[in-house]
Amino acid sequence: TKLSSVMLHAHLLLSVKRGRDLIQLLSSSPSVHPREVIEVLEQFLQEGRISALMWEVCQQQAQAGSPELQEALLNKIVCLPDHVSNKLQGKNPAVFFPQNYFPLLGGAVIQVLQKISDSLRGGLDCSISFVSHVLGKVCVHGRQKEILSVLVPRLTDLTKSDCIWQRICWRLVECVPDRWMEAVVLGFVQRAPGADVLSRLLGNLVVKNKKAQFVVTQKVLLLQYCHTTAVLQNLLGYLSLDSLRRALLIKVLQELLETWGSSSAVKHSPPEQQQYISKAILICLSHLKEPEIESCRQELLTSMMEGVKCHLDSNLPQIRRLGMIVAESISSKINTDGPVLKFQYEEDEEARELKSLLVDGVMTMLCAGSFTFVWIAGERKNIYSPWTNSCLYFFYSDDDLIPYDMSEDKELKIKAPVYIRDCIEVLTGSEDVDKWEATVKTLESLVRKNPAATREVSVELAKILLHLEEKTCIEGFVELRQRAQVAVLTTDPIPVSPSLLSFFHLRHRQKFKQLKSLASLIESRMLHAVSRLHFSLGQGQSQAELASSPNEFNSVVGHFFFPLIQHFDRPLTTFDLLGEDHFVLGRLVHTLAILMYLAVNTVAVTAMGKALLEFVWALRFHTDSYVRQGLLSCISSMLLSVPTERLLQDMTEELLETQSWLGGKMWCTPVFFWVVMQSLCSISLIVIVAVMS
Amino acid sequence: MALPPPDPQFVLRGTSAAVHTLHFSCGGQEPDIPTLFSGSENGFIHVWNLKTHRVDTELDGHERKSVYCVETIGSKNRLLSQGRDQRICLWDLAEGRTSVTDSVFTENVGFCRCSLLKVAQGRWLVAMAAKALEEVQVLELPSKTSVCTLKPEVGAKLGMPMCLKLWQLNCGSQPLLLAGYEDGSVVLWNLSMGKVLSQLVCHQEPVMSLDFDSEKAKGISGSSEKVLSIWSLNEQQNLQVYKTHKLVNAGISDITIRPDKKILATAGWDHRIRIFGWKKLKPLAVLNYHTATVHCVSFSDHKNPSERLLAAGSKDHRISIWSIYTQT
Repeated sequence: TKLSSVMLHAHLLLSVKRGRDLIQLLSSSPSVHPREVIEVLEQFLQEGRISALMWEVCQQQAQAGSPELQEALLNKIVCLPDHVSNKLQGKNPAVFFPQNYFPLLGGAVIQVLQKISDSLRGGLDCSISFVSHVLGKVCVHGRQKEILSVLVPRLTDLTKSDCIWQRICWRLVECVPDRWMEAVVLGFVQRAPGADVLSRLLGNLVVKNKKAQFVVTQKVLLLQYCHTTAVLQNLLGYLSLDSLRRALLIKVLQELLETWGSSSAVKHSPPEQQQYISKAILICLSHLKEPEIESCRQELLTSMMEGVKCHLDSNLPQIRRLGMIVAESISSKINTDGPVLKFQYEEDEEARELKSLLVDGVMTMLCAGSFTFVWIAGERKNIYSPWTNSCLYFFYSDDDLIPYDMSEDKELKIKAPVYIRDCIEVLTGSEDVDKWEATVKTLESLVRKNPAATREVSVELAKILLHLEEKTCIEGFVELRQRAQVAVLTTDPIPVSPSLLSFFHLRHRQKFKQLKSLASLIESRMLHAVSRLHFSLGQGQSQAELASSPNEFNSVVGHFFFPLIQHFDRPLTTFDLLGEDHFVLGRLVHTLAILMYLAVNTVAVTAMGKALLEFVWALRFHTDSYVRQGLLSCISSMLLSVPTERLLQDMTEELLETQSWLGGKMWCTPVFFWVVMQSLCSISLIVIVAVMS
Repeated sequence: MALPPPDPQFVLRGTSAAVHTLHFSCGGQEPDIPTLFSGSENGFIHVWNLKTHRVDTELDGHERKSVYCVETIGSKNRLLSQGRDQRICLWDLAEGRTSVTDSVFTENVGFCRCSLLKVAQGRWLVAMAAKALEEVQVLELPSKTSVCTLKPEVGAKLGMPMCLKLWQLNCGSQPLLLAGYEDGSVVLWNLSMGKVLSQLVCHQEPVMSLDFDSEKAKGISGSSEKVLSIWSLNEQQNLQVYKTHKLVNAGISDITIRPDKKILATAGWDHRIRIFGWKKLKPLAVLNYHTATVHCVSFSDHKNPSERLLAAGSKDHRISIWSIYTQT
């Protein structure tokens, strides 16, 4: 029997060329011992006859072979390990273990595909559907890992640059029956080393096959959550790589966002699933291009608003944080210029991982491919990709540097002092020119706003202003100083004016300029006061009209007037008023005239008038015409200011003297003379005031 | 919502005078101590220990006249300093010494900081403003021999040179000089021929400071006005304006680009230090600490990028040290 069994083996071996024979063999007639069959089978496998078998079927299929036979063969091929184990009860040779058999089968599949490829190149038709069935059935039986561990790497290599192989691969998966499609697609998605590879292997399967589409766009993303981030990246990257598939990407994002934004989903689905969906959303966002974002910007915004609300309402901090991270990411994508949403949350591993998903889609695809390359920061650099044997251009922007908040960066405003005493400090001592400038500019307004504080230091301030010289080039320095001086003077005239006027008698030559300005200062002060007095012109207007309003100047006029007028004849080292300094004298006289004019209705007016007439008398023969004009204006103003009763009663002698000087012979009654004089004076005074202003 | 700008990592106090110049020397290995050199208006150069934040040594070599430039020549033991006493001093600081080994009398009373460039092992070029108003002279160190004197042509009316930068594209290629002048122009000089290669009017006011990135052939200059000017050098060695950037407040005392060419810092008269990205001059941060004009900014040369520092010296006598954008 031994010899006969050997001969039987040989016979069987030779005859098992056709699938039919194999079936017969495996259906096993009782005359043949299982052990012998197994040995034959073992040899069969080791000699690579499976691939021949499958090839035979493919060729037959092209010629429309018998479906029942194919079905049976398929069954036998795929379930061989089980059948053998059943027969041998665990004592089967290693080659029949699933972990060995299916890789072997995978190898056989590749060989068949090779033959198909050659045949196609040769121009012959053949069918791949049997191979697809084998693959499908193996996968659905739970052996994806074993078979794809051989298939995927080999197909990856073969499809690298060969279009025909790519098409073969696509056909392979396309021909898998729908009932097994999920298993195959899932297997590929899980095992492909990157979205790029997946794209080469599956082609547009998701577009052509409804079941594949369902698996990829619905089942994996929304109904399962067991897959790793790498799987998500493969899948979503795969969708993003072809323009036909990109529409699916957008659809996927919309559905994900719907789920993310659904309050019941947030409440009832497990955190792991919510995290999974969040990851998927972030990866989708990372793949979106600007035009696509533009077209669905409003939708994204709406979804974000709804979703973030549901998430923030949750009790679980993890859910809240997921909501915040996703909302921030959406916001950063849709608001490329302008403020983006920013939340504060704890940055731990999970948060960092999530945020890293939002990085530029190209980068994640390359990273998922896990091959090493050199990032060259800076400009556009070529990166060599070993998959495609081609260079990828890559832009690395310096937008990885995040700016800080710069809202505080405003124009620098040097702070001027707020207190009068600080101003004094700055003007007298400070080296800081910016501060000095600012002080000079604000001094007038400060003085006017703080009269009480000014009165405390008025004399000192007036002195400082008098001596103030231009430190830096400010526009309108003189005017600024003068206005400040006027402000100080008006705020506190009584102590200030004598001190100012005392400068008139100073010993220092260099104060001459200030004194000229002092005179003009007083004039300006007078003008300031004049502008507040109502004054009407015209013949017949008597002083009675003017009498109606009280003169605010009343209390202080004497303080201005008398210091000026005193000592004019005393020889000073600075001025020789009665000598060479005619101009100063002339200015003095004119100033006195103005003072006199403004002293109308004041208590001191008569005394002033008397003093003024004395003064005029002493100077009446002065050689300088400017001085004499001044004297005349003095008389005019005196006549206008001093009430007639006082003139005639208290100043008769002086009047007569003046009259004789002016008029020569008296050709009319004194009263008439003075009335004429008055009207003449009023005209001339108008002229004088007009000239002054 | 952006983060508020960081505070200084620490502040060095003790100069008791306005700080005009800073230079780091942190590239050495342990047990070398990271050091910062500072020059002050009172004529002292302080050698700061960046571990203890205290002054290790005080150098007095410029007759109490303001020191406005310090640089190391080769190692941290050889220092070059320039002061308003019209001298450039070379110091030997090894083994605790504080002696001036050599000095150059520049006869220049201005404020133009000199520029140093290593051209070969043991040989440096130093460019400085010369005695005559518009001239720049270039000397070789340590021999102190004159390499060339760069005189603008008659009628050019450039004014004083305000800032200088010697550079070469790579070791061995000919050194060139970029000089910013009082009239607001930046001029590129060829040293071997002593001629102007290109001139560009960058500002309406004097150029206060400039820096140049030889890799990208792009440079930046600041002035007393509100504008920063970025210019580039094309293949024909011509300067052209690349872009300008308007600042909030006028006046820049110093500009420096970080050695990794990612960011740059400006020292402002408005007391603020501004950080920009170098690629597109994107404003990144405004560092507000000082209470008076910031006179100088300097980046450190740490080998480890995460330890890199930025220092700023101000008229308020303080030196602020910042750690910013160290992760890139």
